[in-house]
Amino acid sequence: MKYLDEFSDPVLARRLFDEIRALTTQPWSLMEVCGGQTHSIIRHGIDQLLPDEIQLIHGPGCPVCVTPLETIDKALEIASRPEVVFCSFGDMLRVPGSGRDLFKVKSEGGDVRVVYSPLDALRIAQDNPDRQVVFFGIGFETTAPPNAMTVYQAKKLGIGNFSLLVSHVRVPPAIDAIMNSPDCRVQAFLAAGHVCTVMGTAEYPELAERHKVPIVVTGFEPLDILEGIRRAVRQLEAGRHVVENAYPRAVQPEGSPAARAMLADVFEVTDRAWRGIGMIPRSGWRLSPRYRDYDAEHRFSVTDIDTQESTVCRSGEVLQGLIKPHECAAFGKQCTPRNPLGATMVSSEGACAAYYLYRRLQVPTTQEASSVG
Amino acid sequence: MCLAVPGRVLEIEERDATRMAKVDFGGVVKEVCLEYVPEMQVGDYAIVHVGFALQRLDEESAKQTLELFENLGVLEEEFGDAWAKAARDAGAERPAGTTPPQGPAQDADEEGRP
Repeated sequence: MKYLDEFSDPVLARRLFDEIRALTTQPWSLMEVCGGQTHSIIRHGIDQLLPDEIQLIHGPGCPVCVTPLETIDKALEIASRPEVVFCSFGDMLRVPGSGRDLFKVKSEGGDVRVVYSPLDALRIAQDNPDRQVVFFGIGFETTAPPNAMTVYQAKKLGIGNFSLLVSHVRVPPAIDAIMNSPDCRVQAFLAAGHVCTVMGTAEYPELAERHKVPIVVTGFEPLDILEGIRRAVRQLEAGRHVVENAYPRAVQPEGSPAARAMLADVFEVTDRAWRGIGMIPRSGWRLSPRYRDYDAEHRFSVTDIDTQESTVCRSGEVLQGLIKPHECAAFGKQCTPRNPLGATMVSSEGACAAYYLYRRLQVPTTQEASSVG
Repeated sequence: MCLAVPGRVLEIEERDATRMAKVDFGGVVKEVCLEYVPEMQVGDYAIVHVGFALQRLDEESAKQTLELFENLGVLEEEFGDAWAKAARDAGAERPAGTTPPQGPAQDADEEGRP
């Protein structure tokens, strides 16, 4: 156990590994939904320290990775307009569109700015009343409430030169889509803790019951992840399939009522395409009709986008847990963080970047290869 | 950007009828909106995501998580210079008109540093 001394509490980590080993009598496949969990798992070698029977499958929970190519291309078109100040989180700068990225747009003279918070973009709009300020609103249920609040504030303060390019996605419909896939080999989920900080756990019991799949709400620290795995395996071995909260210090069953109320006011549920995966019904949010004036797509009429997806990138299969990153022929060759073909290699929460960063370049084990759908 | 980072509330003020705070993330101080966690007080720890406090957190958990995120490089990604990183990744010069952000030393509140 060469990585064990890197855990914050190596003694507790060893005990959890031992308990998981003692519980496990047969092979199980668990999906960690969140890219932050993937990063932590690979960084600490958790996947290599687990019993051989436990297979961790990396899920689609990286917002940068699943933002559709069409939306990236719309962002690039809007950001290129001379009247626009385009604001984005820093991790979107190098996500490839069909031919370029936001970094390139900036190099070519576009006014692209990195902000820490959507409220920073709103302040730029207040300070520049003669410009159109657009914020790139991507992310899961954790990021949607801040963006909702920012649009609410823009309307309340009468700031007319601000708009949001919206590409928000929701986790529960993605879990449903993964379980409905004929190639699915997921037997339990480690749900994304921070998503549940906002949304609570109410959406999960129906999914767990209908798909007969344990769902354990899990944090990001290595010990949180081990505890999530322990609980999931315990359920699988007992033939149970319920929702458990293994991250109670941050997740209340009701989530954040104030944030959910703001989401319900500003957004409405819509079908949404996920990059590499495709359309998932009711898996996204768009601005509700009351806030349509703040919709950048509406304001800038970005249509007729001709997208060109890489023909060799297999990030969609990585995002669905069908292959591991190093099973893609382009991994580490044509596709590197410096020259990414897909978003999973760009974002540090992407599974490909995590594998590349921590040099997981070995060929898959026999067990992995035989279980790939 | 998906991960939320714990921080400690240093001071609170009303701005545009909105409850805002200065929050210390292990030395980096940022403006944070408290509207989703109205019960937050000075000295409390919260999980903060893109400038919004989402949930209160106990001090020990907050400190452990901050330490982990620092080791994972998450804090650098969250608060570091995104243009420098993008330029490094691209093997290119940083575009004109991008200036390095203020470092933690200029940004931090002396009293609030851990």
